[in-house]
Amino acid sequence: MSTATDERSPGSTATVRDPAEVQRRVKISVTLLLVSAVIFYFWWTIDDKQVFYLLSGERMRDTVPGQISTHPVTLTCGILVLVAAAAAALGLLRRGAVTLVSMIIVGTAFLLCFVVWAYSDLDVAFKPWITNPLPGTFAVATPLVLGALAGCLCERAGVINVAIEGQFLAGAFFASVAASLTYSAGAGLLGGIVAGIGISAMLALFSIRYLVNQVVLGVVLVVFAQGLTNFLLDQIPNDATIKAYLNEPPKLQDVAIPGLSDIPLIGEAMFNQTILVYIMYISVVFVTFVMFETRWGLRVRAVGEHPLAADTVGIKVRRIRWQAVLLAGVFAGLGGAYYTVGSTGSFDKNASSGNGFIALAAVIMGRWHPLWATFAALFFGLMSSLRNQLSLVDKIPSELLTMTPYLATVIAVAGFVGRVRPPAADGEPYVKS
Amino acid sequence: MQLEIRGLTKRFGTFTANDHIDLTIEPGEIHCLLGENGAGKSTLMNMLYGLLEPDEGEVLLDGKPATFATPGDAIEAGIGMVHQHFMLVPVFTVAENIMLGREQTRGLGVLNRASAATLVRDLSDTYKLAVDPDALVQDLPVGVQQRVEILKALANNAEVLILDEPTAVLTPQEIDELMSIMDSLRKDGTSIVFITHKLREVKAIGDKITVIRRGKVVGTTEPTASESELAEMMVGRGVKLVVDKDDADVGEVALDVKNLTVIGARGTTVVRDVSFDVRAGEILGIAGVQGNGQTELVKALLGLVRPASGRIQLEGRNISRHSPRQSLEEGIGYIPEDRSHDGNVGSFSVRENLVLDLYKHDEYSRGLALNLRAMSANAEQRIDEFDIRTQSMNSSVSALSGGNQQKVVVARELSRSLKVLIASQPTRGVDVGSIEFIHKRIVAERDKGTAVIIVSTELDEIFALSDRIAVMYDGRIVDIVSPNILRDEIGLLMAGGGGTAKKNA
Repeated sequence: MSTATDERSPGSTATVRDPAEVQRRVKISVTLLLVSAVIFYFWWTIDDKQVFYLLSGERMRDTVPGQISTHPVTLTCGILVLVAAAAAALGLLRRGAVTLVSMIIVGTAFLLCFVVWAYSDLDVAFKPWITNPLPGTFAVATPLVLGALAGCLCERAGVINVAIEGQFLAGAFFASVAASLTYSAGAGLLGGIVAGIGISAMLALFSIRYLVNQVVLGVVLVVFAQGLTNFLLDQIPNDATIKAYLNEPPKLQDVAIPGLSDIPLIGEAMFNQTILVYIMYISVVFVTFVMFETRWGLRVRAVGEHPLAADTVGIKVRRIRWQAVLLAGVFAGLGGAYYTVGSTGSFDKNASSGNGFIALAAVIMGRWHPLWATFAALFFGLMSSLRNQLSLVDKIPSELLTMTPYLATVIAVAGFVGRVRPPAADGEPYVKS
Repeated sequence: MQLEIRGLTKRFGTFTANDHIDLTIEPGEIHCLLGENGAGKSTLMNMLYGLLEPDEGEVLLDGKPATFATPGDAIEAGIGMVHQHFMLVPVFTVAENIMLGREQTRGLGVLNRASAATLVRDLSDTYKLAVDPDALVQDLPVGVQQRVEILKALANNAEVLILDEPTAVLTPQEIDELMSIMDSLRKDGTSIVFITHKLREVKAIGDKITVIRRGKVVGTTEPTASESELAEMMVGRGVKLVVDKDDADVGEVALDVKNLTVIGARGTTVVRDVSFDVRAGEILGIAGVQGNGQTELVKALLGLVRPASGRIQLEGRNISRHSPRQSLEEGIGYIPEDRSHDGNVGSFSVRENLVLDLYKHDEYSRGLALNLRAMSANAEQRIDEFDIRTQSMNSSVSALSGGNQQKVVVARELSRSLKVLIASQPTRGVDVGSIEFIHKRIVAERDKGTAVIIVSTELDEIFALSDRIAVMYDGRIVDIVSPNILRDEIGLLMAGGGGTAKKNA
């Protein structure tokens, strides 16, 4: 009919490869090639034939450790990743589950090789053994998971919660006080919950009712909680008898679940823990179920995505947001309680040392989904646990090691999760015109 | 159900959006509410739906007074509304959206998705509105999303259905479908309030037409009234419905686009292998339903996004790697589709907005300082030339009406000498008077020998201005046709049908 219509034959469009897909393939395969190159570097540089590992129990004089033959293992892993790179280049890794599973396999292979490399060729008299990183993982991850659940609840309802750290601190402090006063660790958990709800109430009041910018508000609440807990801690006299009533709480005891705690590798780490860890497991299931399978959860997600739409079908937007934020306080407060009654006992200044912000990162890395956020928190826990173990081995400078969990999390967010879409009305106060 | 509105009034500060509106909607009637953008139609409906509180007046349902403090009350009373901007949660399924607010549960607040899906299937069978209850709303085409909105209202047993500008986002085929849906609802006794500013639709389906201008009812008439009568009532003066233009005096190829492909922000291909050219002195209209790659195509032409592949040539020079500044300096003018976001800085004054892309120019700056006197002189001249209605050149642009804001953008873009003018939705949300004016200026620019590209989702605008029409669907240009084509045929092309097959024949 006119110019420019005869540029291409129309039938060929179906077979034209989608350039976006090509770009994606190139990205994945190049990344995987780099990973395999690093693994081959490990394989090339390792001199030790074997490294030893012990995944369960204590190291006794007569314990016989397992052995990993370094070269075959690293070589196999390297080839495996290379195969994955080739598969990606050929377009066999489709979006979705296939890619997810292959990325998990590649990640695990890389971690294994990295650990093997870190433990080999050590110039010391006693060769350290690789130990199970999982117990440490759960120790670090428990408060993070609880904090991330709180974050998910708030942000799914459309309220940005940067104040998780503040909730942790308040929760930790008041858990310690409550437990000390009553001499019951369980009461400590209650104290933590109350404190968490308290900070939540401030968050809700200022963000939902007074429309304060939620990021600024969150930071202010963190500083407020720091100041408050430090101040109150300083008010406790240095008298041993008074201190015992205020900041020397009993700690939660480990409770082994019969049967489950005997599972090799994970049993000890997961099922010989304090009640707080079990509460964490239940909370994950609870929040996921409530958010996706109940009327209230549907409404929470609706007010976080499209509050006006929710309003036009008669849902009270602000009320739902209040409820979600207050419920979040329960979980964040429990997370805070971990830092006193759940682990070390008495409260120290800045007991949660910034972990509330890591919980926030877990929320985003987990795409605002409680289950994925839990995995993200566990991933960070695993990285922290590995860091703690590797810091005992003198292969990598400790300054460099300190940052690895953060770096690994950032890389995982950037590369693996990519661009994520928060709830559409996250951080948007709802004002009726 | 009979709905009667008596003396309903709404004021925002000193501005009266609705001034003593009286209206009666009989059962089983399609009552059209005709008026320009900003005439107060939506304000009126938002009061009916409990989203705004009226300052005066009352609403009667079957003769009994009713007040709606919240949308919940209105729903309860049997009023359903399909908003211009859909009130659907994009990441929810159809069933979830329809049950939201009145969820089917199995006790203890646990959702019963199965029964919700059954309800949706029953409703869509009863009213012959096919939707898949388990589909995510964001994956559905707009026409189907609208069906979901209608179902949502029907699920609440709505007896009065308010449709706020429902055709703005639809293809001509989808508009036909909507009309037949409205017709069958009318037969079932549902009253429908149909809000629009499109005369053709009013005449096609309406039983009664009420025209609103500047917040007041100016009259009620029958659909037998002619289009020009209706237009005169709506605008308040005689309006020319067609744009006067001579045949194009076509020159050399100004802009040549070859195999352009753009990958969008979400990592999907949004413009696929697009090729076309525009010659000096002609207007190429790009038709298509919103979201078929037009936005990204225009951004790529301007250098706001880098194309993944392909070539853009301006008078023979490759400009596909240009920055926007280079594009401007080369003589490309750009009227963006979202003026308040991309066209103007709302809090800046009219005077400043008129030189937003020229401030570096010697004429308007001296070293690091702006030449305020030259800017004022320029503003005075442009305000006069483009009939920009503003209190002064120092009022902020956000205080102007939509039409005048758009005139500021057009005035600025046309104040440079251009080789190519790209106008995206140049008259969206603009009153009829300004539409006339802007169209005239665009045609004048063409006659000066500028190559013009108009991107519009309004077929009327495309037909009124274009010398050639390119139709975009799913990121492709499915065909380039002459404006003598039938409306139905172009509608088919916009929905991805026909086109290429016919061309090969």
